[in-house]
Amino acid sequence: MEKLESVVIRFSGDSGDGMQLTGTQFSNTSALMGNDLSTFPDFPAEIRAPQGTVAGVSGFQVNIGSSEVNTPGDEPDVLIAMNPAALKANIGSLKKGGTVIANIDAFTDSNFKKCGYDSNPLKTHDMETYKVIEANITSQTLEALKDSEIDNKSKGRCKNFYALGITYFMFGRDLEPTIKWVQEKFKKRPDLVDANVKALKAGRNYAETIETIVSNYEIPAAKISPGTYRHINGNTATAWGLMQAAEAADLKLFLGSYPITPASDILHELSRHKNFGIKTFQAEDEIAAISSSIGASFAGALSLTTSSGPGIALKGEALGLAMIYEIPLVIVNIQRGGPSTGLPTKTEQSDLNQAFHGRNGDCPLIIVAASRPSDCFHMAYEAARLTLEHMTPVMLLTDGYIANGAEPWKLPDLEKDYSKINSKVTTSSLEEDGSYLPYKRDEKLVRPWAIPGTPGHEHRLGGLEKEDITGNVCYDPENHLHMSKIRAKKVALVADNIPLQEIEGEDSGDLLVVSWGGTYGATHMAVRQLQKKGRKISLMHLKYINPLPKNVGDLLKKFKQILVPELNMGQMVDILNAKFKCDAIGYNKVMGLPFKISELVESMEGLMDGKGIQNPADFS
Amino acid sequence: MSEKPVYKKKDFISDQEVRWCPGCGDYAILSSIQMAMTKLGKKKEDIVFISGIGCSSRFPYYMNTYGLHTIHGRAPAVATGLKLTNPNLEVWVITGDGDGLSIGGNHLIHALRRNVNLNIVLFNNEIYGLTKGQYSPTSSVGTVTKSTPFGSIDEAFNPANLSIGAGATFFGRTLDTDPKHMMEICKQASEHPGVSMIEIFQNCVIFNDKVHDEYTNRKTRDETTVFLEHGKPLIFSKAKNKGIRLNGFTPEVVTIGENGVTEDDLLVHNEKDPTLPLIYTQFRGLGLPVPMGVFKKVELPVFEDAVVDQMDKVKEKKGAGKMSDLIMSGETWEVK
Repeated sequence: MEKLESVVIRFSGDSGDGMQLTGTQFSNTSALMGNDLSTFPDFPAEIRAPQGTVAGVSGFQVNIGSSEVNTPGDEPDVLIAMNPAALKANIGSLKKGGTVIANIDAFTDSNFKKCGYDSNPLKTHDMETYKVIEANITSQTLEALKDSEIDNKSKGRCKNFYALGITYFMFGRDLEPTIKWVQEKFKKRPDLVDANVKALKAGRNYAETIETIVSNYEIPAAKISPGTYRHINGNTATAWGLMQAAEAADLKLFLGSYPITPASDILHELSRHKNFGIKTFQAEDEIAAISSSIGASFAGALSLTTSSGPGIALKGEALGLAMIYEIPLVIVNIQRGGPSTGLPTKTEQSDLNQAFHGRNGDCPLIIVAASRPSDCFHMAYEAARLTLEHMTPVMLLTDGYIANGAEPWKLPDLEKDYSKINSKVTTSSLEEDGSYLPYKRDEKLVRPWAIPGTPGHEHRLGGLEKEDITGNVCYDPENHLHMSKIRAKKVALVADNIPLQEIEGEDSGDLLVVSWGGTYGATHMAVRQLQKKGRKISLMHLKYINPLPKNVGDLLKKFKQILVPELNMGQMVDILNAKFKCDAIGYNKVMGLPFKISELVESMEGLMDGKGIQNPADFS
Repeated sequence: MSEKPVYKKKDFISDQEVRWCPGCGDYAILSSIQMAMTKLGKKKEDIVFISGIGCSSRFPYYMNTYGLHTIHGRAPAVATGLKLTNPNLEVWVITGDGDGLSIGGNHLIHALRRNVNLNIVLFNNEIYGLTKGQYSPTSSVGTVTKSTPFGSIDEAFNPANLSIGAGATFFGRTLDTDPKHMMEICKQASEHPGVSMIEIFQNCVIFNDKVHDEYTNRKTRDETTVFLEHGKPLIFSKAKNKGIRLNGFTPEVVTIGENGVTEDDLLVHNEKDPTLPLIYTQFRGLGLPVPMGVFKKVELPVFEDAVVDQMDKVKEKKGAGKMSDLIMSGETWEVK
């Protein structure tokens, strides 16, 4: 039995083939067996794109390891191709020498045509660098289920479990967790339980009998820090972080949202938990979604709205309103490929400029970004903490990659680390003359939050410029200047209420890699690889984006070169260069895909070796 | 609940200087609504006025209650979030024909469809005032304005028909020149559980003066308007001898005492009737007197109450949620 440190597997098939489910089962089982892991679902924008075409291919990649795993892996070691289109879509990224398990029942002339192959691609020279296992997955599944009572169509649907069975044998996975899951899932349909379990076992047995072809690998449990773990994806973690914040602030959570990929799962998750006193409102459009959240915030809720780039664009005017009101509001942007409708199901980090500038007037927001699926819990909590403590809107940026990606999450000590947020709710802020001054500020320039229902504190808020302290409408030139400065300074002062920036590695050296948001897994692994080789390279991964931690400027000065890898055409790099004049260089990719560790390592080495780098987004 | 608070009109007057044009119909509406507030039995701190953008939308600044001046067209959506969060509040939405029916049309119809317990007051002056005189979605075809120097071409909205079509459970119409009637309609709207839509014929003295003159002028109004009262026949005219009769589904004007017509032949107003309110919306187009008063008042489940109800049921079944339990739910594993 061969011991592996890590292995990357990609399940791929038609979008109706159940590949997401198959991949999830493989991941969950591996987590239970003690592996560290990271997953990446990759599916088409269409629910059921034309069958058999490359456009309709749905994939799920999982990287499991016996040591730290931070990304779903650059290149799959094993590709499960349920049809020729799946092979075509993925063969380019398969590792040289990797294994393809092909469902040859689907390798027919008509399917070749659908995805643009002239003949059987498995028989070409291109395939000689790979190990190909031709398995009759469909027909063997049907054969295994010939005595089952369920109809033929349902039998065919079990083929993903047959494929799963093959991989379970290859990597020594325990069948039990999946069998338990099937039993729970189809509690009321014992016939389906029986069929799926039979298909799973048949796949496993098939792999075992052709042992000469299929190697049997072992991936020992990873050395992971002790604790209780669970699986979590970014969107669930975001929802839970906000729920925790509501509990910590002793406020009710309100979500106004409009369905949009890839943000809808937060709406779904929060809608499930009505017993937490959460109110979710599926509004008539994006503008109504944020507007209802503004109303809820005025009424005293911890209020949020969730969307993706196109929806955030529509919310722009209302964002300005929340900002000039100076009310708490969390806006979550699960970034996707843009501009316009762009690439709805693909990941990107190109809404950073939108977060900074996507409103009329001078309208700074607090901006924070999550670094990985489980970190969404922490940063969502932080977004809520900052908006409640500073009475100004906070935008939380995540992206499709970490929103849908899942990883094991070491459960935090909620009581110790996530239990107290002091909101500015007041019921007793009257002046001696009995008046209430809605814009009377504390030393952090934060105003009180009196909510309707509180006697004596009746007041009006408006989108018109207001006089400081009283909040009365005021067009006075000096006042507008004063208020614009107050609102900017108020956001700047948040820097006193966030942690100082940390650096991974030495705090000086040849190259500082500055990354932000959802690319952490790849940048961390790339930098670590080079550190192991003895290179003088460090990583500064930003999660507090506006304001930046106070020490960022000083840290940047201590390195000979600065590289900023981003999944956009170069937004953070421009911000850093404008703010710190630090001559940072960008490495930018907008292909709807996350960074590969290998491409980052190459660009970092290139820079340090004086060879320069090839920036994929360079158009000069 | 403690006993009903006692207020005077001045309790609802804020310290802000009112800045509408002299002679604007909005003054009369402000005064009537301030007066109406004293009759609702609601505590001042539980009242919220929410507006969008436009002349009418300055309204909240002048009310000594909680208030929000929001952005163009979005007041119903803001109000929905507010009401969902605290269903105990008495929420008034102030809007105009441009704010409510043009840029904010989508939010208005959805607030009506959901039956959120809001009182929505539409100041209809058939013109854009704050932007200095462009035609609005309620301007009659042929209206000459700066943006339609040769007359407007597109058909106008019928706010009553639109509201009832969108599912308003209460629709009332009143006039800025009739404070007593206005106050009565506001009171009924406030008492109605569910969404209440009030259309006020309001005069813009600068850009569309006398647009409703036919219905407000002492000389003509008795012949051009008919006041609806639940359970009573539709009678109008100075001599109180004219009425509305239904001929099939078509309403027509008849004279009592002529051609054998008696009061018994007249249409009797029923605000619970599923069809009559829609027929009233057509009177103007048919050249009949324009109905004033409550067209429709029916009780249906109120959105925010249903939301709370569903939440309570889930809580009853699952027990109050706790985060420390939630994170441990489903599959977890120990690493030692």
